[in-house]
Amino acid sequence: MFVEEKSDIIDEIDKLIAKYGRNRSALLPVLHGIQKKYRYISDFAQQEIAKKLNIHPVEVYSVITFYSFLNKEPKGRNLVRICKSIVCDMKGKDAIVKALERELGIKMGETTKDKKITLEYLNCLGLCDKAPAMAINDRVYTNLTPEKAVELVNKIK
Amino acid sequence: MEGVKHNRFGPVIFSKYERGSAIERALAMSREDILFELKNSGLKGRGGAGFPTSTKWMLTAAAISDKKYLICNADEGEPGTFKDRVLLIEYPELVFDAMVVGGYTIGATEGIVYLRGEYEYLLDSLNDYLNGMRKDNLLGENILGKKGFNFDIRIFLGEGSYVCGEETALIESLEGHRGEARNRPPYPVNTGFMGKPTCVNNVETLATISHIIVKGSEWYKNFGTSKSKGTKLFSISGDCEKPGVYELEWGMKISDVLKLVGAKDTKAVQIGGASGVCLNSSQFDRTLAYEDVPTGGSIIIFNKKRSMLKVLKNFMEFFVEESCGQCTPCRIGNVKLLEAVKMIEENKLTFGYLKKLKELAETMKIASKCGLGQSSPNPFLSIIENFKEEIFNYAGGGEYAKE
Amino acid sequence: MRKNNNVRAPESQKRLKVKIADNPEDIGAMVHIEINEKKVSVPLGTTILEACRKNQIHIPTLCHHDDLCIAGVCRVCVVEVEGMKTLQAACSFPITNPVKIKTTSPRVRRARKNILDLLLSEHYGECYACVRNNNCELQALAKEYGVDHYNFGHIDKPKFQVDNSSYAVVRDMNKCVLCKRCVRTCIDLQEVGVLEAINRGEATYIGTFFDKPLADVICINCGQCINRCPTGALHANDPRDEIWAAIDDPEKHVIIQTAPSPRAAIGEEFGLEPGHSLTGEMNTALRRIGFDAVFDTNFAADLTVMEEGTELLLRLYKALAKGEPDVAIPQFTSCSPGWVKYLEHFYPDFINHLSSAKSPQQMFGALLKTFYPKIKNIDPANIVTVAVMPCAAKKFECNRPEMTDSGYKDIDYGLTTRELAQMIKEAGIYLPELPKSGFDDPFGDATGAGLIFGATGGVMEAALRTVLELVTGDKIENIFENAEIKPVRGFEGIRYAEIPVTKVGKVPGIISHLIPDFEWLKGITLKVAVAHGTANAKKVLEDIKNGGKFSHCHFIEFMACPGGCLGGGGQPIPTNAEIRRKRAEAIYKEERTLNYRKSHENPKLIRLYNEFLTDGPCGSVSHKLLHTTYTKRGSFIV
Ligand SMILES: Cc1cc2nc3c(=O)[nH]c(=O)nc-3n(C[C@H](O)[C@H](O)[C@H](O)COP(=O)(O)O)c2cc1C
Ligand code: FES
Repeated sequence: MFVEEKSDIIDEIDKLIAKYGRNRSALLPVLHGIQKKYRYISDFAQQEIAKKLNIHPVEVYSVITFYSFLNKEPKGRNLVRICKSIVCDMKGKDAIVKALERELGIKMGETTKDKKITLEYLNCLGLCDKAPAMAINDRVYTNLTPEKAVELVNKIK
Repeated sequence: MEGVKHNRFGPVIFSKYERGSAIERALAMSREDILFELKNSGLKGRGGAGFPTSTKWMLTAAAISDKKYLICNADEGEPGTFKDRVLLIEYPELVFDAMVVGGYTIGATEGIVYLRGEYEYLLDSLNDYLNGMRKDNLLGENILGKKGFNFDIRIFLGEGSYVCGEETALIESLEGHRGEARNRPPYPVNTGFMGKPTCVNNVETLATISHIIVKGSEWYKNFGTSKSKGTKLFSISGDCEKPGVYELEWGMKISDVLKLVGAKDTKAVQIGGASGVCLNSSQFDRTLAYEDVPTGGSIIIFNKKRSMLKVLKNFMEFFVEESCGQCTPCRIGNVKLLEAVKMIEENKLTFGYLKKLKELAETMKIASKCGLGQSSPNPFLSIIENFKEEIFNYAGGGEYAKE
Repeated sequence: MRKNNNVRAPESQKRLKVKIADNPEDIGAMVHIEINEKKVSVPLGTTILEACRKNQIHIPTLCHHDDLCIAGVCRVCVVEVEGMKTLQAACSFPITNPVKIKTTSPRVRRARKNILDLLLSEHYGECYACVRNNNCELQALAKEYGVDHYNFGHIDKPKFQVDNSSYAVVRDMNKCVLCKRCVRTCIDLQEVGVLEAINRGEATYIGTFFDKPLADVICINCGQCINRCPTGALHANDPRDEIWAAIDDPEKHVIIQTAPSPRAAIGEEFGLEPGHSLTGEMNTALRRIGFDAVFDTNFAADLTVMEEGTELLLRLYKALAKGEPDVAIPQFTSCSPGWVKYLEHFYPDFINHLSSAKSPQQMFGALLKTFYPKIKNIDPANIVTVAVMPCAAKKFECNRPEMTDSGYKDIDYGLTTRELAQMIKEAGIYLPELPKSGFDDPFGDATGAGLIFGATGGVMEAALRTVLELVTGDKIENIFENAEIKPVRGFEGIRYAEIPVTKVGKVPGIISHLIPDFEWLKGITLKVAVAHGTANAKKVLEDIKNGGKFSHCHFIEFMACPGGCLGGGGQPIPTNAEIRRKRAEAIYKEERTLNYRKSHENPKLIRLYNEFLTDGPCGSVSHKLLHTTYTKRGSFIV
């Protein structure tokens, strides 16, 4: 990692800590903020955060691996997540998954070569009344069909 | 994203309400009177556990501490549940007003909404809404001129973990830890967030409180059955024509609900989300009420084409993934139950082993540390029991359609 | 300065959340409960487990450990509490109202058995191929519940690679039951913070930062996690095979030195109650096993006292008499390699406070490959040095690159008490019944000062006995009754003592070339402190950083392990406060019977200074062989 990159991360952590407080209960919001900016939380960032919040690096790592939305490794620039819980599953999530895998040439859990898109499952999005549903980054899309899903993903390709 | 606001109809929660009116009313009442109204209403927690809300508030109010917290549990992670989403998008005033009322009643100065990470797209609009309340002195210092009553609300974002909906795991998560449930006692009403007395309430519980404060507990008691007062929001999805959120009085027959939402050829109904129970058609005349079929409000409908074994597999995969993994029965028990489903698929499960697994499921229900492991055997036991014939005649195949 | 307000243990899991009433006379202080229909009274806040233990009712436990905060995760301790739908974990349920408890109802028995079966289904390995065979809590539970087959199957392939990157601690997560005792030891008890639970649900395992090998993270090798692991998931890196090979090699002259703590605890490995010293029996056993010479590490401890004590006087002389500004005071002890590494990682700016004197083990090693072969006429290349230590970190210490001042690896192998007991058993010896024998010359039997190094406060006491006698010219017995310096003894986490120097004497010949007189010490109050367990060390260091009371100390003893060496990571398992107390008693009891109790009176030591270390303590020979340097490691993990 370059020095500028490191000092950039340190600045960002300081900013977040100034906002959320210098104690452990700021951990999740700080991690969220770092991930928002860098798409993942590097081992350097984790140790910086641990130092500033006066906890052990392994505790930060432990928390990151507990929560499914926190990444310790970089993912694609766009995160496409498909709900796999019961209602979406019944309403045709498999067809959508197959269509997206075909279209992007990757399997679920993988990232495209150009690092643009990562395909993932997640558990219930809370949109069962409009199943099947998926989320692209922070936005959610409902009542999907395979064509519609592919069309949406093509927009960010 | 959602449809037009306030186009819903319902006797209590979806009835008319004006922003701030519960706060205004409550501030004119004494704390004791508010607690009495709540007690008289018989309101029970809508998050699933069904604990009397007035008792929870009373215990937190009685706890002696320099700081107390009121937490709104908006972690809605139970598959098949989405009522809290609708409330937060369309009726935020009900939720936030009740938080202010709660703060006043129990003596809290800080309210925290634990919003699940999946609902991050609501964050900006909710924050805007809170700013509007601040501007109108519905939040902040000396609220509505009440000297010394200060209360504010912040929103905390979850990071994708179902078990964080369990109230003590939620508090752990707020404190920056892994979402692992705590030992109880002590209960959060004594030792909660940051070790201070903390009251955790579901979104819908709060929304109901706003109406009760404004319209009175006597009015509220008009609805429901003698043992289950009032109404309940139901998140209805699956095989029906009109999925969505419905406000229904307690005491409705399941078959009537099915008719209401246009469900046809219904074979099974999962009540209470993944951790609830699955009923077959012989049980459709049972009623939704604490005294018969209690529920956190999720109803998933399956028609004749669905394979119940696949349904069960989906549920068990969910629990294996979402168990926090700290206690033995839940961490390994769920894996064993999921393995059993796979054994059925491969025609390898003996009835002898099934008997052992049923005993294991009982153990999980009574020996797990938190509600997740205590309820995750529910779908296993009920689906295996209620759909025996289908499941044990089942041979291979991986589609829901079972021609 | 950041204040440490982030205690890891969650609020509800801190010890004694509900304060136990201290006066049973107070109204409401006692709660009247029923256990298995027997009426008993317990103080408010007692856990069900404690209440049952007090009333001789056995409750099985696994994740519970007396030294650690509550976890309540394994669930084998569940009991029935009347009126509650679910079973409650006895270890974590504080009694606050008159409950009725059933500890062996059918529901309870069935639940415990099922939970045990679940644990066994995921526990890879066979008991007969395990270091903890016959001393495993999971195995004991299986026996207690009469497990004769696996109800829910049994994992037949390992899931994890064994991590034996560390010289001290081996981690085999295939045997882990996720009780998290190691996590609580590492984070709460020791505040080192290397281990935590990674992932969630069924994928959970105990791991390090970014799953790096233990050797690459900031582990201090204290081995306290090993002592508290209920199974064989954590154990020490075992050099027995190499040692046997050396013994069997006729070319090799294999020497063993034995530290003070193993002899006070090794009996436990042979079924004795804690608190029996087996010094003489162990010597006999070591000879029968085939070691060519058996030496007492306490001799080197006496040497350490001389070197470290002289260093202290020199530092004080420079700072107080000559007013040199850059002298680091307080001086810190350096015998505990876990502590040394802790300081190097977490407070690297403090390493100049560490005494440059090596630990007794390493001093001895340097002598055994220089002085000893000379007088014995042996080729040092053929000497193999083994050290029996109560310690896991000693295995790391002897592998530090600095520890080769003799021209060879000064100590070849660090052997724990547990591993030695295993060797004795392999040799077909039942230790408690052996005749006693003494230590070999030229080092012979050591003094009591060396012996008490094993207990927390012992190094301080030994050093004070010598330093005070050297300085005042008075007998220590005239200052402290029976030469027992009580203020530095005990198990309080941090202890502090002030000793006024009211008179000074002539500088003894052995150091008179270093310090001309002691006048500058007259009227000074010597301030000393003792801390054991790195969590306590951290408190002292933070206080020093903040310029608090401990920054005015002259000398501080630090031990990485709770209880000092007798609670070390290489000692017999199990451990708890009671066991550690009994081991300390055994040490102090033996000490009272010894002829010499002050290091500087050790006749063999005086001979060593006359014949070999001829320019005295802190002289050039000793500087080459007996002193060392430290590394600023820092805590960043690469
Ligand atoms: C695994 C698990 C998940 C839960 N998820 C939620 C949830 O998403 N929302 C919620 O309000 N309560 C949830 N609960 C229930 C809470 O623990 C708690 O009972 C509730 O927030 C209390 O609020 P109430 O009294 O208003 O119902 C969950 C419980 C468990 C065991
Ligand atoms: S000993 Fe009580 S839960 Fe483990």
